[in-house]
Amino acid sequence: MGAIQSYGLRLERKRWRYRAMRKSRELSPLVNRTAYIREADLLVFCTLRNEAKRLPYFLEYYRNLGINHFLFVDNDSTDGSADYLAEQPDSSVWRTNASYKRSRFGMDWINWLLMKYGNGHWCLTVDPDEFLIYPFCDTRPLRALTDWLDASSIKSFGAMLLDMYPKGPIGTQPYRAGQDPLEIAMWFDSGNYTIERNHKYGNLWIQGGPRARVFFPDEPYHAPALNKVPLVKWDDRYAYISSTHSLLPRGLNLIYDEWGGEKSSGVLLHTKFLDTFTHKAEEELQRGEHYAGSREYKMYAERGQVSPDLWCTWSEKYINWRQLEILGLMSKGNWA
Amino acid sequence: MSLGVILLIHNALDRVEQVARHWATHGVPVVIHADSRMPNSRYQMLIKGLSDLENIRFSARHKCEWGTWGLVAASQSAAEVMLQDFPAVRHVYLASGSCLPLRPVEELVQYLAERPNTDFIESATLADVPWTIGGLDHERFTLRFPFSWKRNRRLFDLCVDFQRRFRMHRQMPDGLIPHMGSQWWCLTRQTLTAILQDPRRGIYERFFRQVWIPDESYFQTLVRLYSRDIQSRSLTLSKFDFQGKPHIFYDDHLQLLRRSDCFVARKIWPYADRLYNAFLTPQPDALNRTEPNPGKIDRIFAKAVERRTQGRTGLYMQSRFPNPDWENGFTASEYSMFEGFSELFEDFESWLGRLTGARVHGHLFAPERVHYEGAVKVINGALSDSAALRDRNPRAFLTNMIWNTRGERQCFQVGPADHIQEVEWDIAKDPNAQICVITGAWAVPLFRSNLDFSEIRRTAAELQRRESRHLDVLRSPYAKARIHIWSLAEFVEAPMEPLQAIIGEIGQTDKRRLTEAPKMVNLTGFAQFLQNLKNQGMHPYLTGDFPNTLEEREKPRKPRKPYLVK
Repeated sequence: MGAIQSYGLRLERKRWRYRAMRKSRELSPLVNRTAYIREADLLVFCTLRNEAKRLPYFLEYYRNLGINHFLFVDNDSTDGSADYLAEQPDSSVWRTNASYKRSRFGMDWINWLLMKYGNGHWCLTVDPDEFLIYPFCDTRPLRALTDWLDASSIKSFGAMLLDMYPKGPIGTQPYRAGQDPLEIAMWFDSGNYTIERNHKYGNLWIQGGPRARVFFPDEPYHAPALNKVPLVKWDDRYAYISSTHSLLPRGLNLIYDEWGGEKSSGVLLHTKFLDTFTHKAEEELQRGEHYAGSREYKMYAERGQVSPDLWCTWSEKYINWRQLEILGLMSKGNWA
Repeated sequence: MSLGVILLIHNALDRVEQVARHWATHGVPVVIHADSRMPNSRYQMLIKGLSDLENIRFSARHKCEWGTWGLVAASQSAAEVMLQDFPAVRHVYLASGSCLPLRPVEELVQYLAERPNTDFIESATLADVPWTIGGLDHERFTLRFPFSWKRNRRLFDLCVDFQRRFRMHRQMPDGLIPHMGSQWWCLTRQTLTAILQDPRRGIYERFFRQVWIPDESYFQTLVRLYSRDIQSRSLTLSKFDFQGKPHIFYDDHLQLLRRSDCFVARKIWPYADRLYNAFLTPQPDALNRTEPNPGKIDRIFAKAVERRTQGRTGLYMQSRFPNPDWENGFTASEYSMFEGFSELFEDFESWLGRLTGARVHGHLFAPERVHYEGAVKVINGALSDSAALRDRNPRAFLTNMIWNTRGERQCFQVGPADHIQEVEWDIAKDPNAQICVITGAWAVPLFRSNLDFSEIRRTAAELQRRESRHLDVLRSPYAKARIHIWSLAEFVEAPMEPLQAIIGEIGQTDKRRLTEAPKMVNLTGFAQFLQNLKNQGMHPYLTGDFPNTLEEREKPRKPRKPYLVK
């Protein structure tokens, strides 16, 4: 990479950071408990809108992994999500009713919070429907992983998005607050992912899974990206570019080995397809606040499937991380 | 008591206290050396916490940066305290703050008492071991290293390059032979005092201060001068990864560590409560254990290193995406690609499946959709039959399919009209591929079709052009697949021999002769059809020299051997 290109990326990074600072004015703190964050605490950053039903389990799951503090941006929820979060002793909440789209789908807000509170911490940036799975997650807390990453001088940890879905039309089984969503959405596609390299930022671009198979079989180029780098030892010079798909400086995107070996990686189980999905899809189509003109949601509506069935005979039923590793969706890498 | 333990510590003080207390209450004197970079307040707390035990000492503090002399200086001063304050000590065991005794202290004491003059220290001559990481082996001793590798990597490298360029070499003092090994040793009082009280100690020290990672070579080299009986192994179980950094043990390693029968293990994760509880409380089921046996642990960690460096062949995923030609193999297992066979034989696919037990697909790369076996819409791994999804990334489509079905051989058909151009090079270069081609077989469906002759002529010309280009790839010197090419004429004349060879290569049937041949389509009038094409100016040269009349076809001719392109 030439000096000019490298300088260009530096300018771009600064631009995202400047933009995040500018957009931070849209946030107003509802409750700020960040003073309780101690050195080396593990933090979760999350933007949400009307997710009251999902939050109890979300918090439980990540508390069990050993997250010490949650930082939420509530984008104009009307179902009491913000108030519920404000009651949690380990959460800080910011509210905004500004445009999700114009804050680059929440990334400007998150970039600012990361910049302000994430410096020197291992920071996990996820959505309320994403659950991190990493090697040995059933026997070792998240701190075991971050300590090992620290000892290995690794600064970022990749976890691809794995779309989970129920058998039968989405929405037949109602989701109760506090329930493990994997009890309903327990199926996934194990081997239909395609990978390309993005030479500008150095990240991989992964597509595939049930959404490509069912919603985008004719225009796969537009299928959603599944590559993610959600766990980063944050430094206040860093910036996420587009969602958590990639970030700058570009070295952080090198979560894959280029010489045949396997680096350690995890999976984000994406439990989007619950009964809440249909309602959400309709609403998001109205608001048009999602990526690429809410193309994804348009596609769902266009396919005329108010409650599509993503299940097929070769869908795989989720068991544990070892299954995902055997299937080749994630890897222990060098961690044993 | 004949054993004393030195602990080199720098963090996780509550664990240090716990382990030191364990040794001390079992009658083993402990000398603790704390890194001087540790905050004094925490150091004082540790001293206070252990003040009730009278067989614990603290030695003068040195700065212990990885790979520097400080670690040796720390062991030296701690050893001096140990030898002076505890005259009964016969063996001195060097351990770190993250070391955990796995077996009852009495067993270790007894083990050492039975070997009163043995020094346990891994000490191998530099020339004979491939341990060193990063290309510095003998140069560790012959160059000087004034800069820290951890903090000033660039200066470190520049300095090394500079000395290499100007050939600035040092000599080992007194013709010492450099030895290396794990820095966790257990030495006898005799050997240790000989090293520490040697009149030439100052000379050796001056030399080793400039060596890179002296803690892995100072004692390991000098022990060779004085020891009466060296067991060149460490009593501490410690595994290293491919970058030379120690593997860490967690709660889920409990059973492995138990069964290893090692005396001490490193490095333990400070929050591994289960391990600390299990090994620091009296173990009821005292087995009759003898020699350490870390075989299983060795295998697990060796596998981890292999996974990190080699990876799983044929897998492309978020954390394994090799550069072209660095894949260790393009695909996960063997597969076969047939060109022209299902055109020439009516029931080729079912015949092949029956005979070999392999999964025989139709044209996977057909323009309209993916023709899986049994015309299913999805196969293993939820791989779709959409042509657009496949054409988005044909390489990924093929590698995914082979990966998803590993354990079962895949066969598929290909024709010149298929969308294979993007992967044909990969397949041709893949040693896992078996490629069998009957050139010109595309003429058969045209011959049997009900199209206008001008249409047939145009299609034939196009297909011939495409197949010819494809054959160029297969005949390239870079092709590594097992490739067999016959012309249609050759094949029709004696089909059994090549079929036998193909089946034999797939190798899932017994070696007997084929009893059942696939049914060839009726070719009566085909020669005339080819002649008509020729008459229209379109010479189907890829079909080979087809006999002009049926009668001529009956005449015996000497069959040509199929040729193998490799």
